[in-house]
Amino acid sequence: MIQARALTKHYGRTVAVDGLSFDVEPGRVTGFLGPNGAGKSTTMRLILGLDHPTSGTVTVLGRRYRDHFRPLHDVGAVLEAGSVHGGRSAYHHLLCLAQSNGIPRRRVTQVLDVVGLTDVAGRRVGTFSLGMSQRLSLAAALLGDPPVILCDEPVNGLDPEGIRWMRELLRGLAAEGRTVFVSSHLLSEMALTADQVIVVGRGRLLADTSVASLVANGGHSPVRVRTPGAELLATALRDAGGTVDATGMDTLDVVGLSGSEIGDLALRLGVAVHELTPQPPSLEAAFLDLTQEATQFRAVGSTA
Amino acid sequence: MTIIEPRPPVGDLYLHDTTVGFGNVVLSEWTKVRSLRSSYVCSGLVTLAMLGLAVGLGARWAHQHGAVPDWFDAVNISLSGTYIAQVIIGTFGVMAISSEHTTGMIRATFAAVPQRRAVLAAKVLVVGVSTLVIGELLSFGSFAVGQALMAHKGVGVSLSDPGALRSAFGAGLFLALAGLLGLGIGAIIRNTAGAISLFFGVMFALDPIVDLLPTTWRNDLINYLPVNAGTQIFTTVNVKGSLAPWNGLAVFVLYPAVALLAGFLLIDVRDA
Repeated sequence: MIQARALTKHYGRTVAVDGLSFDVEPGRVTGFLGPNGAGKSTTMRLILGLDHPTSGTVTVLGRRYRDHFRPLHDVGAVLEAGSVHGGRSAYHHLLCLAQSNGIPRRRVTQVLDVVGLTDVAGRRVGTFSLGMSQRLSLAAALLGDPPVILCDEPVNGLDPEGIRWMRELLRGLAAEGRTVFVSSHLLSEMALTADQVIVVGRGRLLADTSVASLVANGGHSPVRVRTPGAELLATALRDAGGTVDATGMDTLDVVGLSGSEIGDLALRLGVAVHELTPQPPSLEAAFLDLTQEATQFRAVGSTA
Repeated sequence: MTIIEPRPPVGDLYLHDTTVGFGNVVLSEWTKVRSLRSSYVCSGLVTLAMLGLAVGLGARWAHQHGAVPDWFDAVNISLSGTYIAQVIIGTFGVMAISSEHTTGMIRATFAAVPQRRAVLAAKVLVVGVSTLVIGELLSFGSFAVGQALMAHKGVGVSLSDPGALRSAFGAGLFLALAGLLGLGIGAIIRNTAGAISLFFGVMFALDPIVDLLPTTWRNDLINYLPVNAGTQIFTTVNVKGSLAPWNGLAVFVLYPAVALLAGFLLIDVRDA
């Protein structure tokens, strides 16, 4: 279990993480979402004690990472790509990490097998594809059979089969009662993998909720209207208080008005409606809503 | 469904073995050194430099016409490869830590062992001992080869001659200290290119700066520069004013000691 409390990190004048507080619970996959530059990787580095927080704290299993002794048994981290020496073989990369924590050699062979790298164990890591490197990074995380697993963008560079494999693996680890914390900017992937999501933007916490409730609440899900009188209808819809986005020659996405309100309005105008479909609420829409608010806040803040 | 089928039951791994300690970190660092091609390249180059120059210079003096000059130092000549080897071993020392920063491996290292000073201490031990072993083997080897060749001319010496044993042993010691100076500078600078530049600067670029000083100061201070001080340990014909062999080595020790001290202080406070 991971607990962040008012976690803050400045790099010079840049505020990368700004007062983040959250709990990551065991037994489920918690997604860590945010656009690029939102502070996800920095937060991961703070959790792992690689960077020092400017203020605030973050603990894993009740202790600061640096107070863990030989932490591979407690925490496994799938680090950002490229956290290996390209001149070393996959086997020796894992062996030197295992040895530092007193993990036996046979476990190295086991984890290579788990991630499917046994055949290339003797090859220099520098010759690996991004997908193979991700698998190696996961193997390193599994070495100590830890109850807490952190992954920084684990599906980057994986092919569809690899993504599916990673998803099932992470869900399986959570089902075994482990704490699984996964950062990603891929919403569709998180919708399938995560149970809980923590959303950040500009270093601040935007949401800490279940995927289901984020989708249900966030969201002005739009209604799609297909009509030959798009221009006329759009003006009327705007006057009625709707937000209208012309997505094609004859299609409008309308937010803020219900399907029946739109239909009634079209009838009064005498405009034919060929399609009137409420779009299912999506994580993407909810996410964009959240992050847009953060962006607007920033714009206002910077002119003040 | 169990997804990671081959995972053994938790009890199968000795999960919180209290015997896990500094020795494991040292073992890990040793695995890092022996699993990189660059370590073998460095060893090969050092061997080539030491034995190659011992053979070359030994043969050259064996064919000398007439008497050898006053400054002739048979011991030092057979150990001439040390002047080249110091650079290779210093680079090896730099890379032992800078390559981890440059590649990003340091993140995996510190995630596995957050006690960063223990990591650096293990590196000191591994770099120090491995370069000492190679340095001693090659300096005694070079001494033997060089003296055997010079014996043809009757100018070779044996290990029992004054200063010979001290020099052969001291050259290996000097090389190990050069490796540790490299490691210390690597720990401070972290970037391979920058750290190697600074290593060369400290070893070879300080002389002309000291030359700027008034003559009496300059003549004193010049002997305390790293190479001038450190190489006295394998010199038997002393240049006037230079430090005595062990005094010179004691001065040379200060350079890696200061660099490593700074490294130990910085490693815990910086972001990885």
